[in-house]
Parts: sequence; structure tokens; C-alpha cells
Amino acid sequence: MNWLIAIFQTMLFVLLAPLLAGWLKWCKCHLQNRKAPSLLQPYRDLLKLTHKQPVVSEQASWLFVTAPYIIFSATVLAASVVPLIAVDLPTSASADVIVMVGFFAFARFFLALAGLDIGTAFGGMGSSREMTISSLAEPAMLMAIFTLTMTASTTNLSGAIAHVLNEGLILRPSFVFALFALILVAIAETGRVPVDNPATHLELTMIHEAMILEYSGRHLALIEWASQLKLMLYGVLIANIFFPWGIAETFSAKALGYGLLAIIGKLALLAIFLAIAETLVAKMRLFRVQEYLSFAYLLGLLGMLSHIILEASR
Amino acid sequence: MILVSAYCAVLLSFASGLLALLMNQRQTLLAVSQYCFKKLFNGDGRCQDWINNRLEEQRFPTFLRQAVFVLLGLSGVFAMIAGLAVLLSKGVITGQIALGLPWLPWHIRFDGLSGFFFLIIGIAVCAVSLYGPGYVSTYKENEHSFAVLGLFTGLFVAGMLLVLLADDAFMFMIAWELMSVASYFLVAFQHENSANRRAAFLYLLMAEVGALSIILGFGVLASFSDGFTFDALRESKLSVTWASIAFVLALLGFGMKAGIVPVHVWLPEAHPVAPSHISALMSGVMLKVALYGLIRFCFDLLGEVHWQWGVVLLVLGTVSALGGILYAMMQPNLKRLLAYSSVENIGIIFMVLGLSMIFMANGHPQLAALGFLAAMFHAFNHALFKNLLFLGAGILQHQTHELNIDMMGGLIKKMPKTSLLFLVGCMSISSLPLFNGFVSEWLAFQTALQVDVLDNGVLRSLIPVSAAALALTAALAAACFVKVFGLIFLGQSRSRNSEKAGEVQDKGMLAGPALLAGLCFLFGIFPGVIIHLINNVSGQLLGETLPNGSVLGWLWLAPVSAEQASYSPPLVLLGALIATAVCYWYLHRNRTPLTVIRRGETWDCGFGGLTPRMQYSSSAFTMPFRRIFAKVWIIDEQIKKDMQGALNQDVAAVHYKLHIQDHSWPRIYLPIAQGVNSLAKQVGRIQTGNIRTYLGYSFATLLLLLWVIS
Repeated sequence: MNWLIAIFQTMLFVLLAPLLAGWLKWCKCHLQNRKAPSLLQPYRDLLKLTHKQPVVSEQASWLFVTAPYIIFSATVLAASVVPLIAVDLPTSASADVIVMVGFFAFARFFLALAGLDIGTAFGGMGSSREMTISSLAEPAMLMAIFTLTMTASTTNLSGAIAHVLNEGLILRPSFVFALFALILVAIAETGRVPVDNPATHLELTMIHEAMILEYSGRHLALIEWASQLKLMLYGVLIANIFFPWGIAETFSAKALGYGLLAIIGKLALLAIFLAIAETLVAKMRLFRVQEYLSFAYLLGLLGMLSHIILEASR
Repeated sequence: MILVSAYCAVLLSFASGLLALLMNQRQTLLAVSQYCFKKLFNGDGRCQDWINNRLEEQRFPTFLRQAVFVLLGLSGVFAMIAGLAVLLSKGVITGQIALGLPWLPWHIRFDGLSGFFFLIIGIAVCAVSLYGPGYVSTYKENEHSFAVLGLFTGLFVAGMLLVLLADDAFMFMIAWELMSVASYFLVAFQHENSANRRAAFLYLLMAEVGALSIILGFGVLASFSDGFTFDALRESKLSVTWASIAFVLALLGFGMKAGIVPVHVWLPEAHPVAPSHISALMSGVMLKVALYGLIRFCFDLLGEVHWQWGVVLLVLGTVSALGGILYAMMQPNLKRLLAYSSVENIGIIFMVLGLSMIFMANGHPQLAALGFLAAMFHAFNHALFKNLLFLGAGILQHQTHELNIDMMGGLIKKMPKTSLLFLVGCMSISSLPLFNGFVSEWLAFQTALQVDVLDNGVLRSLIPVSAAALALTAALAAACFVKVFGLIFLGQSRSRNSEKAGEVQDKGMLAGPALLAGLCFLFGIFPGVIIHLINNVSGQLLGETLPNGSVLGWLWLAPVSAEQASYSPPLVLLGALIATAVCYWYLHRNRTPLTVIRRGETWDCGFGGLTPRMQYSSSAFTMPFRRIFAKVWIIDEQIKKDMQGALNQDVAAVHYKLHIQDHSWPRIYLPIAQGVNSLAKQVGRIQTGNIRTYLGYSFATLLLLLWVIS
């Protein structure tokens, strides 16, 4: 039964991810006085891509064709670890939050290799930049997460969320720092403004898009879906770790339904914030990103130190 | 029985070395065999034919090479058997050999710790001996004699095994020197290049300085005890100061061999010039023997560890890990890059070992056991994947005659099997889930996160920072090995050599790396096997194992407790397979001509004429890192433009030169070298070259000695 719910939750994750992307786009269009596409547009795009014939470069090796499947499954695995509507599911015991970061690294490793496989300057550029940014973002993210896991004294996400739920609403300075650090990292890792712009194909600024320039058809669909999934994953992490209220602690239909409603509401709200931020802030120069990420790292470190100095029992 | 197989391993590696000496003795062998057959068997036709057949001029070298490596491989198998047996029996076996000084026979002790390192050496030697015959066949006998290579390989392996068996300081140092000197000759094997001679000399110098420091360390211990046996040294009661002095000496000596920053400089010089299977052994195994020495010295002989030592190890390890990977990233030479990456991995091991010491000294032996487990497991993993990568580098050098990764490219299509094996190595070393490197890193994080139990505020804030440094190291390692794999195997060929390269023909050269790659994956999915073995070691050494054997089942990995953290690689693998299968099935469920992949030209922005030179190169890939961490290296970047045309305004050609240097050379080693030189000059002053002065010196010495005696 628990396993069924876990699988159901993962499927929900996968299916809802394009909706979040659509909602984000809808909000952004309205904020920018543009006519918004339908909320379902991302689904239509994915469907259209899966029906198209994929064109692959003559230079490509087997790695290029396999990479989308690996990237997608690694991201789905990462999603299966994160509690979406209920805590205490068996999948979150099989891998903890460090493994989840490992899944992201796995997907990124293959994405960067796929970028290098064709042998164009764009692909190499994208891979190089992606690896640079992620290698700065990963420690910042782990710092933020370690703050949380040390408070809850578990690296199991389910356990950590349950701990926050049990403690009730306590304002911890460490959590505030960690929250901001995680938000900054999330923006960098999901390739949003001001670090990367998912809507552009301008060579000076591309990061994510540069690597996947050669993809088409179902391969592109998988990669796009994976990046939508990643966006949602970070959203859920932020929403459920720092504001877990509403998530189902028992497996009754009612609790699960409330859990679903709660997370949809939280994500919708987060997306509005993100859309406002993306509308207000301009993209920054590539070599400013390190300052941005080291700021995130610093916030994570401050969170950790304030936990150790101010909050720990001793 | 266990000890016998350990002895067998040592003797077989000696034998393989001696057998190699027969390489130039074909004529003698022929004469001896004919004489024997005449005398003994009166000409048993078939047997004699077989032997004569082997001794034919064309076949003899191949046959002998194979025989030497078969013996070496058998030595590896025996080492594995002995190691596994002693680990599983949880026993300690002691013995004596009537060698060495008259009043001090060689003491032998074979316990869990030695057994675990025996296992590491055994696996590595097996892989190398599968790989060896094919690799050395390209050396021309009159230029690079196989007799030399084979002899010193055998001695080197025997030396390493003897170090692990030693139970007195005397035998330990003899075995240690055997290992160092034999490996010096191996580094200097291709001595026709002056760079190789220089590297080998640097290696010998540092190895000897290190050995001196280890001897002094033993000396400190011995002066507080009666005798040189480890049993006696264990009993010695040292004050904290003396214990710390011994620790620092041992750390310097073993750290020099292990390649800790700032005494790492011999690694990037020596590894690239040695033959690839030797660099695999040196990097994968010899560094581990140094680690063994440190563990034996600190945890076993010194007995009581202090948390300050742990902090030293932690800081040194963190610096080595970060420095190693940052330097590795900038290297265009593949084997140099791998050597620097060894510095990184040894740094990680030292870091976790430091954590283990800190927990031990603060009275948390269970957490110390966890840290020890992470360190040992990472040592084991590093031996596997670094061996694999060095052997892969050897194949690349063999097939393309290149080590510069900027000169390769597109090899995935030409060398599909090698590329797959190399990919496994790259994924393990980048610590991606499902592979063994990830498990040890996960354990390291779990250890660092237990910092809440400590009381000391400095430690409580230092350890999380080092955990974050570990995270940065891992992410940089992933970037580095994306670069390595991407530039070597993906894209288009960047040179004629790599354009013409083909898959390696020798089966053994693929079998060795395949064995290692298989183990990397296997222990990534079932880490419980190795963890169980290491648990026995820490039970013997630290007197404490991980809690509750049941949570260490084959399916789950929950080192602290199931509530705190758990990881189940088999389930993750299952999930990955299901997810891939489902999305593959969904996308391929109705096959029409439209869903078949169409091959097209690469998009060239409409300009046409994409050439391999437009691809990203190694220095281009790492440019953002170079800019962000600019202070870490000494960067010498020169761009020169050739001008032509009217008023010299058109650029005809651009020359780009990039030279990246280690800070440790100008900061540490050159001042030392200058100091030594100026000291030598001062000493030179008393050497006047005048016989009367020398007679005067002798007279003064005589007077002084007489005065001392009276």
C-alpha cells in the first residue's frame, strides 16, 4: 500500500511538472503585459515533440541518444525521494537527501557529456558553463540542507519534514538563512533569470540551451520534461521543508487530498514570486554568477553556524 | 594456512621478478634444457619439443612475458585469498622468519588491517597482470629491457606486501625501502628522456626524506620502549609532547609517500613518466600502503590519539582535496591529471581519517568506527577506479601515442569498449550514485554530519565547513572528469593520431580494466560486502564496530541508524531501470517510419565548414574555473598576434600559450633548494684543496676525540 502511494506520488510529480511550468509562464506573461498561452501549453509542446521524427547529428555517438533517457530517469528518481503530498513513504527511505543531490549530479554529468558529444563550440560552451555553475551551487545547496539535517538529526527528507512538523512554528535564524540560500541555489540550478534565461538562444548568455541545441523530437521532449521536473522539485523542496504544513501524515484519502491541495497552493504561490522576480531582475553577466553563488554559500554557512552557536542543545 | 598463502603471494611476486631476468638468457636456457634432456630423460620427444618450441627466437619473448605476468597474477590471487581469509576469520596471526639482524629476526603479523590492504593489492595486481603482457609487448627489447621492468615490478609488489606483513620497525623499513627503490627504477624505466630522469630523481629524493622521517618516528617510539618489535612499541608510554612529535614525523614520512599537499610534488612528475601499468600500481596501491603505514602508526602503535592530530589531518586533507582537484582540472596531460586527482582522493581519505580521530579522542568510538569505515572504503574504491583510469590511459597512449587530451577526441566511435570502461571509471571517481565512489562519499558526509555530539565549539564549526569543502571537491571532480571523458572520447578527432586509432586488439588489455570496472559497479550496488569486511578491521583496531549488524544488510545501508540515514543502492538501481524502461516503452510503443532517428548534418549556424578545431579545448573548458579560482595557480597566459597587410592591421595568426604552475614550487621547494645550495657553499669553504689544511683537520679531530675519551 505504501509503495503504491509512493509510486502514485512520483507519477503525480511527473505529471504536474509541465503544469507548473505553464502556470509560471502564464504569470510572467500577465506581469509583462503579454497575451498568455494556455496553462496546458507545455503538455501540448511535449506531446508534439514526442510525435516528431528526431534528427540526430552525424557526429553523434550512442551517448547522445541514450543521455535523454538517463537524464529523465535520474530526475524522476530524485523526484521519487522528495515528499510531495505525504511524508514517511518507503521511497524516501531508500535514498536520502545526499543521494538526491547525487541524482542531480548524475543527470548533469550526462547532460554535459551530451553537450560535448557533437563537437560544436556551443555544446562545449554550455557544458563548461553548466559544470562551473553547478560545482559552485552544489556546496551551497548542501550547506543549506546540512543546516536542516543537523537540526532534525537525520538526512532523510521525510524524517526532516516530520521533525519540522512536530516542532511546530519556531522561528529559527538558521532556517531563515538556509531558506534564502536554497532559493538562490534553486534559481541557479534550474537555469532561471538572473543566472540563465530559458527563453533565449543568444550565444553570449546561453547555458542550458547551449547544451541541448542539437536535440530534437522525443529526445528534446525528455530533456525539457526533466528540466520542468527539476524546477518543480526545487519548488517542492523549498515549500515542504520550510513550510511543511498541510502535508499528509497519514495515508487516508482525505489527508492525501488535503496534501495535494496544499502543495498545489504553495507551488502556485512560489511560482508567482518567481515570476515577479524574473520580471523585475535583469540577467547578470556570467562572471557575476560566482559572486551570486558564493553569497548563497555564505548564507548557508551562516545558517549552519547560527545553528551550532545559537540553537544546538549544548 | 592463511599465512602460507600470504607468503606464497610474496614469493610468487619475487619469482616473477627473477623469471623476468631470463629474458636475455635464451641461449643459456636452450643449452641447459638440451643438457638436461640428454642426461635425465634420454630424449622424451614431446616434452622436449614443447620446450624447444617455447625457446624459439620469435616465441620466447612473448612466452616469457606471459609467464612473468602469470606468476604476478598468481601472487595477486594468493594475496586476495590471504586477505579475505584473515578478514573473515577475524584472527591475528603472528610468526617469525629467521632473516634480518641476528638478535632481531623478522616478526610477522597478519591481522585485519593488513588483510584488507592485501585484498586491495591483490585485486590491483590481478588486473595489472591481465593487462601487462599486451602493454609491454610494444617495448623494444634493446631499448627498454623487459628484464629490468619485470624484475623491479616483482620486487615492488613483494616490497608492498612485506610492508603489510611487518611486525617490527626494522623489517618494516627494509620492506619500505625495497618498495621505494624498486619503484624508483620503474619510474626511471624510460630514462632516455631527461625529464624522466629528473622526475625519478625527485621521487627518490622525496621517498628517502620520507623514509628518514619515518625512521625518526620509530626512533622516538623505540626510545621509550625496549626493542623494535611493534609489540614493544605498542607498550611504550609517551608523554603528549613526544607522542605528538612522533605523530608529526610519521605524518611527514607517510604523507610524503601518500602525496599530501604540500609534499605531493613528486606525484605529478613521476606518474606520467612510468609505464601505465606501473603508474596504476603506484597510484592505486602504493599510496594506500603509505596510508596503511599512517593508520598502523597512529591507531595501533601510538595507541591513544589526540583530537589535535585529527584536526591536523582534517585541515591537510581538505587542502589536499581541494588543491588536488583544482590542479588536476588544469592539466592537459591525462596521466598528470590523474596523478593530481590521486592527491585529491588521498586528501579525502585523510579528511575522514581526521574525523575518525577527532571522534575517537572525544570518546565516541562508534562514530570513529564510522569515519574509519568511510576512509577505508574510499581507499578501496580509489584503488579500483584509479587503477582503471590509469590502465585506460595506458590503452589510449598505446593506441594513439598521445597523452595530451587536447589531441584526442571522437574515440568513442573508434574504441567503443575502452570508452565504456573509461566511462565507468569517470562516473565512479565523480561519485555518481550507483557507483562505488558515491557510497564512500556518502559515508564521509554522514560522518561529518554527526558533529552535533562534540562539545568543542571550534570543531563544531570547522567540521561542517570541511564537509562543504568536500562537496565542492566532489562537484569539481565531476566537472574535471566530464572534461576528461568529453574531450577524449566525444566530439571530433583533434589530431591525425586519434583519427587513425582503433580498438585495442589484445584481449588481456581490456580484461584487466573490465575486471576493475565490474567491481566498481558491483560494490556500488552491494557496498555491504566491503563494509562488513572493514567492520571486522575496525573491530580489531579501534575495538568498536558499527552498531547493530542487522541494519547493514545487503539491501540497506544505514550506518548510524535506520531513522537517521539510509541508502539502498539495489532499490535505486531497480527504480532507475523501471523509470528508463517505462519512458523508453512509452516513446517507442508504436513504431512508424516517422519515429526512426534520421541522421543529419550538425547545425553550423548557416555558415558551414565546422572543423574539429572549433571544438572546446581543455583550456577553454576550464576557463571559467581559471577565472573564478585565479589565486590558486600561477597562471602565465600569453596571447601573441602576428600582424600583416597595410599598416599592419590585419591579424594573420594568433599564438596562445598557457602555462600553469603549482604554488608549492616557488614558495617551498625553491627556497629549500637555494638554502641547501648556499649551505653547501659555506661547507665548501673548509675544503681548501690544500693537504696541509686537511692534515690540520685530522690533527684537530684526533685531539678532540682524545679529549672526549679522557
